[in-house]
Amino acid sequence: MIAQAIFIIILGAAIYLFAKNAAKIRRNILLGKDTDRSDQSAKRWTVMAKVALGQTKMVKRPVAAVMHFFIYVGFVIINLEVLEIMIDGVFGSHRIFSTPLGGLYNLLIGGFEALAVLVLVACIVFLCRRNIVRLKRFTGTEMTQWPKSDANYILITEILLMTAFLTMNAADYKLQLLHFGHYVKAGSFPVSSLIAPLLPNGAGGLVITERICWWFHIVGILLFLNYLPYSKHFHILLAFPNTYYSNLNVKGKFTNMASVTNEVKAMLDPSFVPENTGEPARFGVKDVKDLTWKNLMEAYTCTECGRCTSVCPANITGKLLSPRKIMMDTRDRITEMGNNLDKHGKDYDDGKALLDNYITREELWACTTCNACVDACPVNINPLEIITEMRRYVVMEESQAPASLNNMFSNVENNGAPWKYSQADRFNWADKD
Amino acid sequence: MNQKIPTMADMAAQGQEPEILFWVGCAGSFDERAQKITRDICKILQHVGISYAVLGTEESCTGDPAKRSGNEFLFQMLAMTNIEVLNGYNVKKIVTGCPHCFNTIKNEYPGLGGNYEVIHHSQLIQQLIDEGKLKATGGESFKGKKITFHDPCYLGRGNNVYEAPRAALEILDAELVELKRCKSNGLCCGAGGGQMFKEPEPGKKEINMERMQDILEAKAEVVAAACPFCMTMLSDGIKHQDKEQEIRVLDIAEITVRANNL
Repeated sequence: MIAQAIFIIILGAAIYLFAKNAAKIRRNILLGKDTDRSDQSAKRWTVMAKVALGQTKMVKRPVAAVMHFFIYVGFVIINLEVLEIMIDGVFGSHRIFSTPLGGLYNLLIGGFEALAVLVLVACIVFLCRRNIVRLKRFTGTEMTQWPKSDANYILITEILLMTAFLTMNAADYKLQLLHFGHYVKAGSFPVSSLIAPLLPNGAGGLVITERICWWFHIVGILLFLNYLPYSKHFHILLAFPNTYYSNLNVKGKFTNMASVTNEVKAMLDPSFVPENTGEPARFGVKDVKDLTWKNLMEAYTCTECGRCTSVCPANITGKLLSPRKIMMDTRDRITEMGNNLDKHGKDYDDGKALLDNYITREELWACTTCNACVDACPVNINPLEIITEMRRYVVMEESQAPASLNNMFSNVENNGAPWKYSQADRFNWADKD
Repeated sequence: MNQKIPTMADMAAQGQEPEILFWVGCAGSFDERAQKITRDICKILQHVGISYAVLGTEESCTGDPAKRSGNEFLFQMLAMTNIEVLNGYNVKKIVTGCPHCFNTIKNEYPGLGGNYEVIHHSQLIQQLIDEGKLKATGGESFKGKKITFHDPCYLGRGNNVYEAPRAALEILDAELVELKRCKSNGLCCGAGGGQMFKEPEPGKKEINMERMQDILEAKAEVVAAACPFCMTMLSDGIKHQDKEQEIRVLDIAEITVRANNL
């Protein structure tokens, strides 16, 4: 009874805390500007099914795709086992699914064990790639101490959880063989039966081992749940809404700014009366609140895999720009803003902005708008949109474009071509050859 | 040019409307190398007898470089002025040799009142091949030559056009080799997003030199391009590598014209 009470308290506290932190992230995301992504729901479900559920964009890098698939399937399916553990914890039962499921239960537990091994292998391979092989994709200026540790914490936690799960089963298996207490014959243990010989033979020691692993496993999962909102690992949840709300247009299409359309129409046609669009908006993006909620959702979805940066032509050739950094900076800044909001209230201004305090102009001007980063992202994040929006601010609000681009603008404006050629000469090509 | 290039103004004066408008673009109008491609696209149009016209001096920048550089104001001014001209001539269908013009008119003009069927010249060539109107006979033989294709960002990733330019090469009976980074993995030439008109930001090397690695690795004799800006960047890269004798950069329109001796 005491164990049940403790379990219920821990479970309740974990769920409450997680809900609170998740709500805070939701609030932060909604600090962004509105954008309508409520159309074409059938197509959106399809994109989500393919990209998030089916992980179709992972396959461009096959090793990572296979290893990630092990962890992903392991995570999703082993959650069935977690459900049983929760029920057992609340009601004080033991392996409650074994009786109603009968033979299927053996298959399930056997399957979970096989998956647990695959998860273990994948996590070890991932740790090696990050810390021993040191893949280039996991380095870079933005990969400071915290992002590197975050990745390692996640992998180590998953290894510990899987080890506890298998050890628990091993102890259970041995107790079943001893016909001890409530440890009735239930489940098949293709993996844990192999580690069972390493465990003590006495029933007392086995029960202690089984209980310690049981508690370690479930409390570990609940702690991990509460780690998510502070970690890049939050992608396991946000990948789904983020892909649902994907940009469904072709990648080459950039948004036309409605606020600009009104001004241009008024300029070209003095009799034009613009619709009232409310308060005059800032052109482009200076700080995260100028971004849309979708941009901010993407920032929280990013799991820092670096596929974007590894295909960025600017980054490959040694420029400062890294699309991953654009997303990480956006997330860090909106988190900072959310924290300011909690601490100092709505009207507080910390004097900082995404532009300059986080993202430099040199980064913005290195982009070729080639869409390689957008194409590479396994969860349809668009760093290019943030770059373009920030360029818009720099150009239209500050008039601070690089001098050579200002020359190009004035050529385009005065003679209809980015170079200094007369419009009257535009058809001369027809007279040559 | 042997034949006179028809303009929309001329045709309108005669009460005619062409089937298709050929949007030349700034590079196609002013850049000497790109002018050759422009004339070759006209040769193809004339060869197959499609009724077409150009805007001539009435054409102007689509606004693409301004938009990608953040100057939305300038972009929309140009876009609306161009749309007024295009709608004035009742244009329905547009072909262009520039993926940037293609993308902008196709995707960004509709929201500002410009609705046209827009195709890139690679799509036109593919269609003509499919219809049997274009072959690869009577001209330079590319048989057995190693040819590769550099995907322009705004044609490939930007608009998912990967097969059309390859169709123009497949008919040549040449040995087609793909670059290490191709199709949706294609590496940018370095010119997009306004970079064509500015010095690159500080770094280790130029993007077009990075692309040269892929081209040299493929051991191609001909690099096929489909964008005037890629053409400039690739040609510069090859010049810089001192490989002008070994590797030619040709637009797919030029290849088509050569293969058919148009």
